[in-house]
Amino acid sequence: MTGDHTHDGVMHEHPHSHRDVVHTHPHSHGGGCGGCCEHHRDDDDCLALLRADAVEFEYGTTKILKDITVEVSRGEILAILGPNGVGKSTLLKCMNMILKPKAGTILIGDMDLSKMSGRDIARNVGYVAQRNESARMTVFDTVLLGRKPHLGWKITEHDYDLVYDALEKFGLSNMQLRYIDEISGGELQRVCVCRAIVQEPSVLLLDEPTSALDMSRQMEILKLIRHVVDCHNCATIMTMHDLNLALRFADKFVFMKGGKIHKICDKSGVTPELIEEVYGIAVDVISHNNMPIVVPKF
Amino acid sequence: MTTEDKAEEISKTEYTVDTVEDKAEDRAEETTENSAQCTAENKVEDRTEGNVEDYMSYVGRKYTAIFLGIAVTVVMFLVSISVGSVSIPIPDVISTILGGPGGTSLVERVIWNIRIPQALTAIAAGAGLAVAGVAMQSVLRNPLASPFTLGLSNAAAFGAAVGILIFDAGMTGSNMMDAVVINNPYLTTGMAFILSMLTTVLILAITRIRGATPETMVLAGVAISSLFAAGLMAVQYFVDDTRLASIVFWQFGDVARASWSELGLIALIVLICSIYIFCKRWDYNAVDAGEETAKGLGVNVDMTRITGMVAASLISAIVVSFLGIIGFVGLVCPHMMRRIVGDDHRFLIPASLVCGSLLLLVADTVARTIIAPHILPVAVLTAFLGAPIFIYIIIKGRRI
Repeated sequence: MTGDHTHDGVMHEHPHSHRDVVHTHPHSHGGGCGGCCEHHRDDDDCLALLRADAVEFEYGTTKILKDITVEVSRGEILAILGPNGVGKSTLLKCMNMILKPKAGTILIGDMDLSKMSGRDIARNVGYVAQRNESARMTVFDTVLLGRKPHLGWKITEHDYDLVYDALEKFGLSNMQLRYIDEISGGELQRVCVCRAIVQEPSVLLLDEPTSALDMSRQMEILKLIRHVVDCHNCATIMTMHDLNLALRFADKFVFMKGGKIHKICDKSGVTPELIEEVYGIAVDVISHNNMPIVVPKF
Repeated sequence: MTTEDKAEEISKTEYTVDTVEDKAEDRAEETTENSAQCTAENKVEDRTEGNVEDYMSYVGRKYTAIFLGIAVTVVMFLVSISVGSVSIPIPDVISTILGGPGGTSLVERVIWNIRIPQALTAIAAGAGLAVAGVAMQSVLRNPLASPFTLGLSNAAAFGAAVGILIFDAGMTGSNMMDAVVINNPYLTTGMAFILSMLTTVLILAITRIRGATPETMVLAGVAISSLFAAGLMAVQYFVDDTRLASIVFWQFGDVARASWSELGLIALIVLICSIYIFCKRWDYNAVDAGEETAKGLGVNVDMTRITGMVAASLISAIVVSFLGIIGFVGLVCPHMMRRIVGDDHRFLIPASLVCGSLLLLVADTVARTIIAPHILPVAVLTAFLGAPIFIYIIIKGRRI
């Protein structure tokens, strides 16, 4: 296992060449993704790709999210962390309008998501749910479903090409005709991420992509996500429970507490004090192969 | 499946997983070297060719199955016209059909005025009920959903009963061989249709308040269904014998009731709704993948549910009102086809349509001949024919 990989280096060295393999026709789908990508490629890459501004959300009268402002740039993986029930998944669902925020705005590039159609949002933002339903559909057709926001009446060669390409990258080609109700949970997770990739989003939202996976599958799926983010120069926002996996793969960390953002920081900002404030348990943060590792005390 | 088969399947599975793991590892190494990825491109091209063929032949198999079903239905159509109380050889059937309507001989009149409308009604109604079943199972996320889960059949039966009771429409006793004749079928049909559409409107109104979740729809359907069942029972309890016979007789679904003009109306509604449902095939696939995933793919899930339900209800209401209650087709045809072509609505919708047509056509043909000279209503036969086939497919089903 190439554990301590050099993703920081890869991230900046990677030219846009691989982006073009998957985003073959950035202009062919009208305004959506194409326009937005162009805009940002000319600009500084560090400009925010997706920005949530003062977002509030409530179920009935229970406030779930209060004044959330967070942004993610191209080539970045953002991990949303915090204890159970703090609103991580809710925040993620607000970011592509699966749940409509009660206040605040979500911007992708300079477009307001609340003014976009569901289809246009889906062309820009991909979402992978925490739990995925399986049906009697083949792996290929399941991934092809990711082309839904771009499909007209007929499936084009371009759609097929993207699916073949993505299946190959995700190591799913030799099971493309197997039914997804007969594959393992880890494989299904990979299929679902793959489906979100062929959607050609500029931002990928993942709700606990590693839950219910064993250690090697966790590494495998996060490596794939890192690879996709680096190659396609897109961004990923994911909710996580495993701090150490998050520290290994993400660039930026949002710690949530009581429906609010407690702190936004990078690796160096993750201290024992912060973890204790957020999770309420005492931990040590030790360094192993130049990587911070969070270890609970007794 | 025997134990050995299972073991073989499992070992096969493990093998596949192993190779995937190896490849994943390979890829992970490539990731660290930028150049390695570009050199892999050619290899990808080669393998992609194979994949294209694999997938295309897989899609081809599905279409072949559907076209095979259509061919069998056409043959069955001819057989269905040829058999009956007057047996007509198939060559004569074909020449009469090719000769067009308007013939004056007995055979020509039997074929054009009785047999063809009946066979076509079976085809249209079977197709409609099956497509409605597919749509409802998808939007309600419930494998037991069928056009009748939402109480449409009870509502229609209640409507017909009220028509017969209050307006003295429907059928009254007679001393004819069939024991009942139809006095004013349009009033009965109209009442049945109004009540079943009213049910749909009621359910939609409830979803406006509680949100269009499958649970809301199914529970509302069950409640409304019981309400109309109670109403029907009350009516049946108080009417006299002849009207009671009419009410019960109306409920036996029978495709022989439709004339050309009624067939035209049924076919038109079935055609329009089926085309609409087929256009939404990707939306149903997305909803099958989970509500949030569907929303993430830009599908308006609530709207898909409501329009799917309206289309399915419209089909069911028109079929039930004109022909009476024909159960089982809408529930079982989609499941038979799920076993064979899978859950992908691109194939499931046309396959179920063909399956429904064929099942109802066969059932009707058998119902007309099995205890000749008596004629059974087709609804009695659909379950008798469909259930064993369905059980066979559950046990032995092969996927293509």
